[in-house]
Amino acid sequence: MSLSHDQVQRLALLARIAVGPGETDAVLAQLNRVLELIEQMQKVDTRGVEPMAHALDLRQRVREDSVTERDQHALFQSVAPAVERGLYLVPKVIE
Amino acid sequence: MLNASLSEISAALATKAISSAELTRLFLDRIRALNHALNAFITVDEERSLAEARAADARRAAGSAAALTGIPVAHKDIFCTRGMLTTCGSRMLANYVSPYDAHVVERFARAGAVLLGKCNMDEFAMGSSNETSHFGPARNPWDRRLVPGGSSGGSAAAVAARMTPAATGTDTGGSIRQPAALCGVSGLKPTYGLVSRYGMVAFASSLDQGGPLAKSAADLALLLEVMAGFDARDSTSVERAPEDYRRDLDRPLAGLRVGLPKEYFGDGLEPGVRRAVGEAVRELERQGAITLEVSLPNTGLAVPVYYVLAPAEASSNLSRFDGVRYGHRAAQYDDLLDMYCRTRAEGFGAEVKRRILIGTYVLSHGYYDAYYVQAQKLRRLIAQDFAAAFARCDVIAGPTSPSTAFALGAKSDDPVQMYLNDIFTIPAPLAGLPGLSIPCGFDDKGLPVGLQLMGDYFSEARLLNVAHRYQQATDWHARVPKDAPL
Repeated sequence: MSLSHDQVQRLALLARIAVGPGETDAVLAQLNRVLELIEQMQKVDTRGVEPMAHALDLRQRVREDSVTERDQHALFQSVAPAVERGLYLVPKVIE
Repeated sequence: MLNASLSEISAALATKAISSAELTRLFLDRIRALNHALNAFITVDEERSLAEARAADARRAAGSAAALTGIPVAHKDIFCTRGMLTTCGSRMLANYVSPYDAHVVERFARAGAVLLGKCNMDEFAMGSSNETSHFGPARNPWDRRLVPGGSSGGSAAAVAARMTPAATGTDTGGSIRQPAALCGVSGLKPTYGLVSRYGMVAFASSLDQGGPLAKSAADLALLLEVMAGFDARDSTSVERAPEDYRRDLDRPLAGLRVGLPKEYFGDGLEPGVRRAVGEAVRELERQGAITLEVSLPNTGLAVPVYYVLAPAEASSNLSRFDGVRYGHRAAQYDDLLDMYCRTRAEGFGAEVKRRILIGTYVLSHGYYDAYYVQAQKLRRLIAQDFAAAFARCDVIAGPTSPSTAFALGAKSDDPVQMYLNDIFTIPAPLAGLPGLSIPCGFDDKGLPVGLQLMGDYFSEARLLNVAHRYQQATDWHARVPKDAPL
């Protein structure tokens, strides 16, 4: 299984990472190396094995539905790239 | 004092032989002298450290000293620290000051520790050499031309060079144990869930676990008592009673069953590593341990499995870096999509991007079952290998890494070569098991070799016991690196 240039551009878009035309060859070659490595998994017959998502058997904890946090939005927004009147600024999305 | 154990430092502070302010000054001067060459610290704030030290002295004078009151400690730059940069080794967070402290940072502060600074690391903990750090690689104190290992390379280098008595690290596929081995220090990855991940920048959440690096197993035991404990803010934090990890340190090893996995002693092991680890096993036998061969047959699949699961989790976790709420944002863009794409292209380095793309691929439609689900099934087989082995032995011993420290640049062009070097440290986190690495000798080049000990879930006290007994009979852990003499 090896990737094509188009697939790399598609992945880059899904991952929201710009990969310039000049970089595609290098990225493609390295991704193909890694895919070659993980391809080794296919040689094992795992029929009947239960997938393991997590090391420990964990159950979601529940808690009272009560307010435990205080409002710190000014502090949290102090590290944001662009804020105005308590709102995060992003490029216009809706015309 | 630079070379003293935590209990010696604690005793010196208690008897007023030295103040925390004097002690902190000593380590800050050491950092000032060595950091330009070793690059082990990304951030040091001398005034803040000294203020904390003076406050610790005042608390001690008032009769309220805790376990680490006045003892300087450094944190890997993956742990959020309020009011001090938390970069995670990335351009993405190069200017990020966290509005809150990580649970681990809170625990150390509550125990009275003085924060010395933040240690260098591979970007977002993705790397085994520290070379992916946006701030340049930390260097190995045994030979500055070599890597310190990674991803907690700055923490390991700082402890080895006696720039700090102890440091925190995180381990996802070996990021505490491998740099500990390559720098000749002791490092412990606890059982998954023992140390809260709250405020620890997430890489692969089902594997990430914080732990300590220090000069000895006895120091690790004390540090683990500070770090471990239930925290409701981490949904995978384990609810169990606090443990005294020092209770069994001196327990004799007579009758201890030590499993030697045959897959850890095959081809590809450097001769110097094989010799030192073999000698270490004989020392355990001299103390009465019984060794037996065990098998972990799926060891060879651990690296491929890891490079599906960890990137898959990373691709999800790192989606939060979008240039909106915190971190880097591109200066120029056309629209929202372009802002995301440029921000992430600029903010992430090559290795991080590679892993996000791999993770995106293995989770994408049509490949999910072939890669992600297959990897999860193999993960179970790897965990079952360990369960079968621990039915026959108490601890597993072997090399931490197949090689000693390598040259800067030696493996950075071939990511897969770098990945394969982690073959012995990747299995334990996949199973969620604890493991530690301690120095067990040197190769022909004079570089430290690490002995890895792995145990069953929550067997940290036993692992520390074996490591401590070994260190009582040897002095490898007390050697000072030649490129950072005292």
